[in-house]
Amino acid sequence: MRRTFTRVLPQLLTLAVLMALVTLFFPQFLAVDYQGGRLSGPVIDVLKRGAPVALLAVGMTLVIATRGIDLSVGTVMAITGAAAAWAIASGWGAGTAVLLALAAGLVCGLWNGCLVAVVGIQPIVATLILMTSGRGIAQLITEGRILTFNDPGFAWLGSGILAGLPVPVFIWILTAVAVAILMRRTALGLLVEAIGINRSASALAGVNARVLLIAVYMASGLCAALAGIIATADIRGADANNAGLWLELDAILAVVIGGNSLLGGRFSVAASVLGAMIIQTIDTGILLAGFPSEYNLVIKAGLVLIILVLQSPNLASEWYFLRRSLTQRREPKPVPSRVKE
Amino acid sequence: MLKTLMTSAAIMVCAAAATAQTVGFSQIGSESGWRAAETTLTRQQAEERGIDLKFSDAQQRQENQIAAIRSFVAQGVDAILLAPVVATGWDSVLEEAQEAEIPVVLLDRQVDAPDDLYLTAVGSDLVHEGEVAGQWLVEKVGDRECRIVELQGTTGSSPAIDRATGFRNAIEGHDNLEIVRSQTGDFTRTGGKEVMESFLQAESGNEICALYAHNDDMALGAIQAINEAGLNPGEDILIVSIDAVPDIFKAMAEGDANATVELTPNMAGPAFDALEAYWEDGTMPEKFIQTESTLYTQDDDPMAEYEARKDLGY
Repeated sequence: MRRTFTRVLPQLLTLAVLMALVTLFFPQFLAVDYQGGRLSGPVIDVLKRGAPVALLAVGMTLVIATRGIDLSVGTVMAITGAAAAWAIASGWGAGTAVLLALAAGLVCGLWNGCLVAVVGIQPIVATLILMTSGRGIAQLITEGRILTFNDPGFAWLGSGILAGLPVPVFIWILTAVAVAILMRRTALGLLVEAIGINRSASALAGVNARVLLIAVYMASGLCAALAGIIATADIRGADANNAGLWLELDAILAVVIGGNSLLGGRFSVAASVLGAMIIQTIDTGILLAGFPSEYNLVIKAGLVLIILVLQSPNLASEWYFLRRSLTQRREPKPVPSRVKE
Repeated sequence: MLKTLMTSAAIMVCAAAATAQTVGFSQIGSESGWRAAETTLTRQQAEERGIDLKFSDAQQRQENQIAAIRSFVAQGVDAILLAPVVATGWDSVLEEAQEAEIPVVLLDRQVDAPDDLYLTAVGSDLVHEGEVAGQWLVEKVGDRECRIVELQGTTGSSPAIDRATGFRNAIEGHDNLEIVRSQTGDFTRTGGKEVMESFLQAESGNEICALYAHNDDMALGAIQAINEAGLNPGEDILIVSIDAVPDIFKAMAEGDANATVELTPNMAGPAFDALEAYWEDGTMPEKFIQTESTLYTQDDDPMAEYEARKDLGY
């Protein structure tokens, strides 16, 4: 527990600083009201609106830990959302719709996983295929229109309230906790990291890398399906053109802000979802601060750049050497001894 | 000589007018529901007037459109309708049509070519749409103080710029109306909902008097956000948007939305009117035919409008 805390400390600090920054521009940012059986306030909005990216980031963390990447998650959101909306429009009810969407997500993940692990295509290319073609599949399901429905049960998943909090908040937190426990209380996390560090070595050591890789991409598809269900339930309609558009990039960014290396290996699900919350705090903060919309992306890019530069390992070591050379200048003794070494 | 030519041309025109006309239609593709509706309505209009319509879907590619126009010219159609995918690069193919004496009518979008190369262009005026929406709001609120929030289209797109300008033109000089928040919702429902949630937080819902959305989809998203915040869209917050897609009529029938300005997908109707006059006696239409930006409110039987539109392919 304490190790996890030290691991996510930089992300927690970043989040705290960002929240303080947003509060400067929008003083009521931290205010939370309780009325009509529900909590409301900007922070609750961040938790709710961040749900899709947080869910995508959970799956993406696992994929990136195996030294892969999944560019198709945004598109999978559109496909699964369309599948769910289609099921409801055909009168199959909310339960079937959820199951169908999850199944569609698993199939998409299976496709990606097979391309990567069995056929041996590089992950970025393999998932690019589904990323570009998948919206066409989603449009075939919705027949090119926004497929709307009116099913209170399904809509509850996107905009319902449970114990005062929006339902999507529970979905992403439970998913993240479940995946973290599965990875850390069993050897699974270690095996995933082993594949990411050296696939052939781990295969020689007896890890079934092929099956595990496929499973990891399927997990990512499942997370994308959950995100797609939330996005579709939220607006009570499946928008094949726009659902999850560019969210794969936000998800990758969340993983990176979470301090996970794109080269695979060690990962932290908790840090990734904190990364997603950092991104959502920026997005919501920009909306609340009331700048003209032309500045939205510039401000976001600027803040993300600052966060990533501060986290950069190069900068950390430069800083270390700078400090050292400063102290060395004051006490010049240690220099010759180091040269001798 | 010239006289003989002109007489024979006139005879040919009369003869052609008597039989069924053939019109080629080069459509951009079907990237949005609106465009699908435009295609459906063009077919309907042609059928009603007894015009034989040859349809070609360019799938968003200019080369496909140029090929389609060349094939229409080769087939010797009586007129060509063109919804150009881009503005430039049309000069030579339009000249070919002109040499073959086939009038070309541009639908919905304009081209960068000398205007004697086409008969006329049919389109809507985006600034005017914003003005119609603004005028409705000005009349609706009267002398009451009104704090307006605006959901803009994709930043930098011409509908977003023009619809914002038109609305501001209309409310200018009415000091009781003020736009207090303006942010992009990217023309999507999700965007509209998310941005409206932030507006409601930032302006504390009951101080917002009206919402102006650059398209209906954003308004539909915003309506859900207002409902979830425990307010009554359509009453606590007036809602006016642009496009007139079927779903907004449903919302209007339920009292959730107040008004919408139509961007009509029926560009073919005015185009065929102009063509028929031209075939009849060579009347040259204006170079730009502006379609009507009709305002619909809750009093205009929204349920009937919804029924009429829902099968157009939106």
